[in-house]
Amino acid sequence: MEIRTINAAEITGAVKKLYMEMNYYIGNDISDALKRAEETESSETGKAVLCQLMENNRIAADEEIPICQDTGMAVMFVEYGERVVIENGSFEDAVQEGVRLAYIDGYLRKSVVDDPVFDRINTKDNTPAIIYTTIVPGDKIHILAGCKGFGSENMSAIKMLTPSAGIEGVKKFILDTVRYAGPNPCPPIVVGIGIGGTFEKAAMLAKKATLRPINKSNPDSRYAELENELLSEINKMGFGPAGLGGDNTALGVNVEYFPTHIAGMPVAVNICCHAARHKETVI
Amino acid sequence: MIKRITLPLSEEVIKDLKAGDSVLISGEMLTGRDAAHKRLHELIEKGEELPVDIKGETIYYVGPAPAKPGHAVGPAGPTSSYRMDKYAPALLDRGLKGMIGKGKRSDEVIGSMIKNGCVYFAAIGGAAALISRSIKSCETLAYEDLGTEAIYRFTVEDFPAIVAIDCYGNSVLAKGN
Repeated sequence: MEIRTINAAEITGAVKKLYMEMNYYIGNDISDALKRAEETESSETGKAVLCQLMENNRIAADEEIPICQDTGMAVMFVEYGERVVIENGSFEDAVQEGVRLAYIDGYLRKSVVDDPVFDRINTKDNTPAIIYTTIVPGDKIHILAGCKGFGSENMSAIKMLTPSAGIEGVKKFILDTVRYAGPNPCPPIVVGIGIGGTFEKAAMLAKKATLRPINKSNPDSRYAELENELLSEINKMGFGPAGLGGDNTALGVNVEYFPTHIAGMPVAVNICCHAARHKETVI
Repeated sequence: MIKRITLPLSEEVIKDLKAGDSVLISGEMLTGRDAAHKRLHELIEKGEELPVDIKGETIYYVGPAPAKPGHAVGPAGPTSSYRMDKYAPALLDRGLKGMIGKGKRSDEVIGSMIKNGCVYFAAIGGAAALISRSIKSCETLAYEDLGTEAIYRFTVEDFPAIVAIDCYGNSVLAKGN
């Protein structure tokens, strides 16, 4: 088996670049969706808000400053090729260092506290990042990265539905969650949904769903149809841009699924704001 | 029509502002979010003096990103207001006149706004880079150790916002169908 050696510094550099760029430049999937939303929005206030968001994204890109002050907590899904060996450091340290440098050198906000309940002292470099790693065949490292703001993260929910709830139960839980969130998570939102697996697997799938471009549907036509139906139902709720009323409450709904237990049907809803920042790279 | 208003808010201006009005705000405002509110509230409960005089002030719920060289402040959009609901009525009782944030408020906060004659403005969530252009200076007033969560004084010019809930308790926030 041929081994490929990658220098830890190369990984640090790649992660730093991912985080700086995703915070300054909104993806085409979101900018195209905002433009479409502005064209179709019937509320005048809603239209004005969408124009401001597009203007905001232009300013951020021109000046290379963050789109949103909440530059989030860093989350990564890594596919690590089993033939890769890291030299001059460890993979974990190299990734954390990339996040640290991006948030310090890139003028991104440090929003992480060391202990959730007692001390809540800011770590001052936005680490630790949350890294989910899968070992895969090959000699490459694929990193799918996102930064998650907590205005929308706080509006997310998970429920252990059981099989008899059926598709109607799934839809009801998702729509109830979005309705409860209302104007809080910076609409127009992106909704990431994970169905199946176990308790934590559903939540991870939902997170991963928020990192998929919203112009790409689930390859399974039944789930793609569910995505479209949910998007249409959410946009009938009328919260609109900034929650001030209108037709565009969501820009996209992404569903991911996984096999589950005969007794279960977990559903996780991870809500993301319109600044749905995600970027990927292959090393 | 856009109303231009100046801080501190006068009683006359507060009474004139109606839910749904678009405003451009100029003048000086305080900032504060979760951690600063917790500390202010603890002082109020102990009957101790606050590090900043909030009487007549407007507070912006924000934790700005760091300023790049040459910028007064980094991107600075609103954070979710409901997290301050537990602390807001005590501050309103002490004379706070304006709050700027995003999203819903509790019935307790709205009741306290009516009682104390206070306005809640919504800034556009996520329009942080755009909003930062209206912030001309940023000075640290208290709790510097909290970093982005410290209490700052912003001087703003034509800061864009919408009256989300007026002093009569009317709200423009969509309730959802």
